[in-house]
Amino acid sequence: MIPAIVVFIYLASVLYIGIFAFRRSKGSEKAEDYFLASRSLGPFVFLFSLFGTNMTAFAILGSSGHAFTNGIVTFGLMASSSGLVIPLTILLIGTRVWALGKKHGFMTPVQMFRDRWECSHIGTLIFVVQAVLLVPYIIIGIMGGGTTLNTISGGLVPYWFGGAIVALVVMGYVFFGGMRGTAWVNTFQTVLFLLFGTVAVIVIGTGMGGFRNAAQSMLASPALAPLLTRERISPLYFFSYTFIPLSAIAFPHILIFCLTARKMAQFKKTVIFYPLCILAIWLPCVFLGVMANRVTDVPQIKARQEARRVLATQGKAMAPEARDELREQATGDDVILRLLERYAPLWLAGLLGAGIMAAVMASDSQILALSTMFTEDVFAFYGGKARFGEAVQVHTGRLFIVLITVFAYAVALRAPETIFELAIQYAFSGFAALSPLLIAALFWKGSTKWGALASTVWVAVAVVAVALFQHAVPAPAPGPATVVWSIAGTEALSRTPGGTAVFGFMPVVPMVLISGLLMMVVSLITTKPKQSTLAKYFRG
Amino acid sequence: MTITIQPGLSADQLDKVNGSATTTMVKRTLLVIAVAALYGLHQDFWFWRTAHPLVFGFIPIGLFYHACFSVAASLLMWLLVKFAWPSHLEEEIEGHSSQEDAAH
Repeated sequence: MIPAIVVFIYLASVLYIGIFAFRRSKGSEKAEDYFLASRSLGPFVFLFSLFGTNMTAFAILGSSGHAFTNGIVTFGLMASSSGLVIPLTILLIGTRVWALGKKHGFMTPVQMFRDRWECSHIGTLIFVVQAVLLVPYIIIGIMGGGTTLNTISGGLVPYWFGGAIVALVVMGYVFFGGMRGTAWVNTFQTVLFLLFGTVAVIVIGTGMGGFRNAAQSMLASPALAPLLTRERISPLYFFSYTFIPLSAIAFPHILIFCLTARKMAQFKKTVIFYPLCILAIWLPCVFLGVMANRVTDVPQIKARQEARRVLATQGKAMAPEARDELREQATGDDVILRLLERYAPLWLAGLLGAGIMAAVMASDSQILALSTMFTEDVFAFYGGKARFGEAVQVHTGRLFIVLITVFAYAVALRAPETIFELAIQYAFSGFAALSPLLIAALFWKGSTKWGALASTVWVAVAVVAVALFQHAVPAPAPGPATVVWSIAGTEALSRTPGGTAVFGFMPVVPMVLISGLLMMVVSLITTKPKQSTLAKYFRG
Repeated sequence: MTITIQPGLSADQLDKVNGSATTTMVKRTLLVIAVAALYGLHQDFWFWRTAHPLVFGFIPIGLFYHACFSVAASLLMWLLVKFAWPSHLEEEIEGHSSQEDAAH
């Protein structure tokens, strides 16, 4: 129970930070102050909170769980590719969006799109697609919170109650502190996790009798040795994953966050240190996830390995429902917590648990972003701000925060998918496929609102199609994929154990490419915005 | 890149302007190549099926490679910030802010 108490103290601390930020704003009812911290964040807070915003339950629990099942490939799939693509997009796109926001007062991406392409309802459609794709991200935060509190308390805090506590705390500091509170909490959380991540590796490594022994015994086991290589993942699948980090800059909460920097120079440190921060957090998580396979005295981990073994040996003969249930049992989203529980002293397990909780609670930025988007792109755009004033706009934003958190919590209680699958399959692929909108808006004079519409509709249709396909065709047992459609002997569409493959690639690849192609082709045949509009975005 | 000929410049000055534009172009091309090369190096098929050597006795080579890749990405970002920083945007905003300040 001691670790749970430490975590509760931590939760109270972050709630206080939110309230402190509220006091610091001196009751300002200005939308720009509440939603963007008056575009005044300094370099340290900007780096750590932007990074913290990306470090979610998915990064910590999902990555170690994925590594537990798939091995070291997880780092190359998700971390090192992000370390290249995300800072690159922040440099190329984030700085430009910051400058435009500063110049024209934009607070959301849709405001920029509406102005850039002289459109109104198409902007509303983009808002709807962004909002629908963002909600799963919020849900995984709540699910991660429930899992973490449940595990850290040794089952005393049930999953539903843990999720509710996390939802309430996040809602509390976002509600009071707005962007300032969220950024401060994210900074605090990131520093905490960076500090304790290293401690976790040392403590668990010592507890396991040293990583050398663990690595050697894994190599000696035919069942575990492949986890130290990437032979279970195809190179095409690995390549596909490099498209996923394109989603980061297209996520509204990241783009909105880019608007909060006081000066453009603050992007410099963020761009340079981002890959190193990813390395510092993901490497321990992935490594510990892999090494958890060597643990023999934690019953929960043994049960997961047994479920994996049964799935591999008898999965083909099972009914799809039984296979899904077994797959759920085999996932290791809680392995890092189980390792802490087993090897760390109680007080340290509490501190480390708080560090994990810090990352899990990164859904705060998404909640705030949704609220900003709703109040700016819908409430203000359709006359609410002009009619009721800016103070009512901020109150509406706060009400929206309550409603979206309650909704996300309700879904989190019912969602059967694992944290990892839910995040990847819907939100990440969808946002990656929306990135051509940003690129076209900022770098191509010839892009039009109709091109943007075509891309957005395509993304919505593709995400729904992938979801329906995976619902209709059950996931096969580990091993060869179920081929649904082939052209001249080439597998065009397959259902894999982990998702869908299109010509061997993850769906995100055709989604991004077709989105870009539609933007290009439709823009070429439709009317361009006025010269006066283009002059605001392009020199010469 | 368009190099505009500015009236009133001597032949030496014109050479300097053109030389500087060429240097910038070469730098940018090299940076684009560096980004593309690093992206290509992410697909390290050569360490695909082996865990050996274990670096420090416990880190499989495939994992160590990608840890080094992250460090290389950080170095590349440093180069990009140094040589491809969009300073024109900064100047535009500073100009815009000072105009606004003057208006107030």
